[in-house]
Amino acid sequence: MKPAAASLDVERVRADFPILAQQVNGRPLVYLDSAASGQRPLAVLRAVEHYETHLHSNVHRGVHTLSQAATEAFEGARARARRFINARSAREILFVRGTTEGINLVAQSYGRSRLGPGDEILITALEHHANIVPWQMVCEQNGCTLKVAPIDRRGELDLERLFELLNARTRLVALAHVSNALGTVLPVKRIVEAAHSCGALVLVDGAQAVPHTAVDVRELGCDFYAFSGHKLYGPTGIGVLYGREELLEEMPPWQGGGDMIRTVSFEKSTYNELPWKFEAGTPNISGAVGLAAAMDYLESLGAAAVAAHEHHLLALATAELQAIPGIEIVGTAAHKAAVLSFTLRGCHPHDLGTILDSEGVAIRTGHHCAMPVMTFFGIPATARASFGCYNTESDVRALVAALDKAREVFG
Amino acid sequence: MDLKELYRDVILDHNRQPRNFGALTGADAHADGHNPLCGDRLTVWVRLDGERVADIRFEGTGCAISTASASLMTEAVKGKDKAAIEALYRQIHTLLTQHDAPADPALGKLVALAGVSEFPARVKCATLCWHTLNAALEQSAAAVTTE
Repeated sequence: MKPAAASLDVERVRADFPILAQQVNGRPLVYLDSAASGQRPLAVLRAVEHYETHLHSNVHRGVHTLSQAATEAFEGARARARRFINARSAREILFVRGTTEGINLVAQSYGRSRLGPGDEILITALEHHANIVPWQMVCEQNGCTLKVAPIDRRGELDLERLFELLNARTRLVALAHVSNALGTVLPVKRIVEAAHSCGALVLVDGAQAVPHTAVDVRELGCDFYAFSGHKLYGPTGIGVLYGREELLEEMPPWQGGGDMIRTVSFEKSTYNELPWKFEAGTPNISGAVGLAAAMDYLESLGAAAVAAHEHHLLALATAELQAIPGIEIVGTAAHKAAVLSFTLRGCHPHDLGTILDSEGVAIRTGHHCAMPVMTFFGIPATARASFGCYNTESDVRALVAALDKAREVFG
Repeated sequence: MDLKELYRDVILDHNRQPRNFGALTGADAHADGHNPLCGDRLTVWVRLDGERVADIRFEGTGCAISTASASLMTEAVKGKDKAAIEALYRQIHTLLTQHDAPADPALGKLVALAGVSEFPARVKCATLCWHTLNAALEQSAAAVTTE
């Protein structure tokens, strides 16, 4: 096996993440749960602290110095996010709580105002609940229909079936860029082209993609792209919804309140321009500042170097786990990113999680908010190890050793 | 935390070979339990003789703690009346949630679950079967949940 890309100095990266230098249950922490939430580097912690210590006030409309400083920091973060995904304009960057809120915004604003009986929303069988339930709600509210493109036993999307399901009634295709439960990377660009040729819009759930690959929304051609700050080493409670400006202009606001209005009277209110039309209420200012710092940090490591490093760890862990009797890897798509779901015969994933934790190894166990994926594979849950920029080959070895321990207990 | 305390031999044995496993024909009541956190699901059937549980069986999928707890429960409650089962549940609940609680000898084999108290995230695994039994005894067909 080839060594990891030399361009990522993992020991130096680890030194940026103080939380990793601790013992859990008497063992050095081995954090293999970045797909649930990444840890934060000092650069993010310090940016948030600096903002809170020196700059905080409420944003917009203030004439005093701190209000202007906070507004600058917040809008600066928006400009940073625009560059991060190569959107045309900062007006296309909406700050939301996270991917879930971004998808709900599109469902309730675009979906609810535009879709009706006869219209179809097409999703895939590997979606996270956050990219299923908001569409079911719109279908219930507006009488449109939800269609699901199937996956195969390897966890690959059945593209042929997806193309068959695309038709003139399809108004929106909503799909993950990377599956959180299986790690499958979807061919988003091809799907966008096919959807657009049918006149359908495309929303991409990018929560699991942004930490592992450079995303260029113009290159992908998608209409909406949602992601969360905390999966890319930023704070929780902040995320981005990208939407093409022409679409956002035409969409009605989804929440009413301060910041999103231009004028208010009891007879009628008029709405603010983009992006603030979609940002009612005081936003998560320090979260946005932290998110911008996380983007700086990730880009300073280099997206390609991070991706190569994680790919190396995924390949190593896959090979190691395949060699362990009783381990079954769930999700064996040709193109995967940083997620390794598996089961161990005779040991429920929940027991596995407890045993691994006793060895200091943090993995996620359960249905990963993707119950239909579990149902498809006929299992109640999986154990999921996921890799981030700070993981090492020794983390993989610790995982393997902890799995041996689990086999001993349940042998 | 001590893994050996959690996964005692009795627990592993009842996980591998759960007692009273499979549907009960001629049941008077049954209930379904679900722990959405980990996906544990089980069904408990009871045949009653007045206030007494004459027979009980269960079926489902879950972790070792959930399966063993259900298996041990069926052995412990068979032949007992509702009041005695309720008292037993209160004792087991104390055992599961209070670290260093002295184990009541009346609990018998159920004391094997004492290690759970060190693993707060796993208490729900052990109590799911009891909640489900309670629902069955209340002749409620509605699914119960630990959430």
